Amino acid sequence: MALTNDLVKQALIEKFGDALTDWGEPYDMLTFTAPKELNLKVLQFLYDEETLKFRFLTDLQAVHFPDNQGAELAVVYHLHNLQDNIRLRFKVFTSIDNPEVFSATALYQSANWMERETYDFFGVQFVGHPNLIRILNVEEMDYFPLRKEYPVEDQTRVDKDDEMFGRLHAKNVKNHE
Amino acid sequence: MSNHIILPDGSLEKQTTTLNLGPTHPATHGVFQNILEMDGEKILNATSTVGYIHRAFEKIAERRPLYQITPLTDRLNYCSSPINNMGWHIACEKILKISLPKRVDYLRIIIMELARISDHLICNSIVGVDSGAYSGFLYLMQYRELIYEIYEEVCGARLTTNIGRIGGFERNFTDTAFRKLEKFLDEYPKQLKEFENLFSRNRIFMERTMGCGAISAERALNYGFTGPNLRAAGVDYDVRVHTPYSSYQDFDFTIPVGTTGDCYDRFLVRNAEMWQSLSLIKQAYQKVQEFKGAEAEVFHADSPAYYLPPKQDVYTKMEEMIYHFKIVMGEIDMPVGEVYSPVEGANGELGFYLVCDGGRTPYRLHFRRPCFIYYQAFPELIRNGMLSDAIITMSSLNLIAGELDA
Repeated sequence: MALTNDLVKQALIEKFGDALTDWGEPYDMLTFTAPKELNLKVLQFLYDEETLKFRFLTDLQAVHFPDNQGAELAVVYHLHNLQDNIRLRFKVFTSIDNPEVFSATALYQSANWMERETYDFFGVQFVGHPNLIRILNVEEMDYFPLRKEYPVEDQTRVDKDDEMFGRLHAKNVKNHE
Repeated sequence: MSNHIILPDGSLEKQTTTLNLGPTHPATHGVFQNILEMDGEKILNATSTVGYIHRAFEKIAERRPLYQITPLTDRLNYCSSPINNMGWHIACEKILKISLPKRVDYLRIIIMELARISDHLICNSIVGVDSGAYSGFLYLMQYRELIYEIYEEVCGARLTTNIGRIGGFERNFTDTAFRKLEKFLDEYPKQLKEFENLFSRNRIFMERTMGCGAISAERALNYGFTGPNLRAAGVDYDVRVHTPYSSYQDFDFTIPVGTTGDCYDRFLVRNAEMWQSLSLIKQAYQKVQEFKGAEAEVFHADSPAYYLPPKQDVYTKMEEMIYHFKIVMGEIDMPVGEVYSPVEGANGELGFYLVCDGGRTPYRLHFRRPCFIYYQAFPELIRNGMLSDAIITMSSLNLIAGELDA
């Protein structure tokens, strides 16, 4: 029987119960949220389980949601089961004050640079990463540029504030304060 | 005691040499630095440094409306920018829920497969150059020029193409474009055959590339390889088949795979893919020609809210002027949502992860750049090999600095 999103969801719920939340299926891709302590357990389960075999890490990066108090950073995993050709995406949320997430490098070699990139731009501390240093930016940089508090435009300009881009309540951008 | 030269501790006892290969070295074809630890000419270890041409595209994209992001994608893998452009358009069309007419899909396939050929021919002929055979490069390069002329006819640009629009193309293909395409389809197979005769059973080339920079299928998957490099290791994963986009499901083509994952197999896989691309272009051109009457004039989706109207209508018609103004001034809000949209780029799975919060610009855009992910394996590929093997391995991986650093 071909593997479907429903079967994957069923297997995950059987294993982790209520710990996984926020299920969805936008654009036919199964998505959910896992607690950050469980990220490796979920990855390992998806990798090992004979019926699931999600053994290809397509992508790993983060998104910053400054309004999400206590869970500002989301680390996003895209996995692919190449045999049954099913993809899924899951997120783990972490607070920005203590941005520690377990590293997936033991399971996937490819996670090495992807986690370095995520650290470089968002400051997510991957616990257990062998070499967590900046990768694209200079070593001397002392901030994490893709966080939302760093606006991309010249901060003295007023003609390009967030209102121009459809966001009326941009309270977390520094030049609005 | 002399204080002229102070050597670091242990440097006199050290048995190995540290060699800096790059960041600017003519043989690396791009800005890559590798710090090699060498024993004679044998590489014991390597450390790669990247990021020399990082341009913060993901950050810039957070303040640009969708149609202004297309020129950013040009500059990822600049050997095949049309694929990046189309991949971006497809990601946008997914989130904006625009469905395309078949003719547009087929025209896109013609352009994307031309781009794949131009990318592969560069990569393969550069492998030739790095192993000491310049002539293949010289002769194939003429046909990249012809491909660029076709782009020029379609969109006006050659290298950083910014080709097409969200919803289709900005204008229909001209007769000259089709004539040039026919010329390409007629002449390129002969040239490619000649190129293959020159290389693929050439004793010197085979001995130079076989067993060099090899990786097993299992390691390649663990390292996140995609595209020709993964297929050379024997895994038949291709986004065009696994997640069809732009009507690839209507076409008949095969996915060439290798067995050993070394430079020679990567070369053969790319060559075989060029033949498949040629066949795809032929099929697509045939399908395009089958459209008659009004259908043969279709080159964009009927989606006025997102598709930039033609300039002459903007100046003369009320409705078009309004839409033009709304799109250009960024008055169009996007639907809330998250989408991951992959396409088969010339060197692997190029993914666009787009998060929209309902604003006019992406809330977050991430490019899954294939060569950023597989370049990690480079130290493992060249360890215990010769320095000259490292050079050839690097060029056969098809690393593009622009894509790597985004």
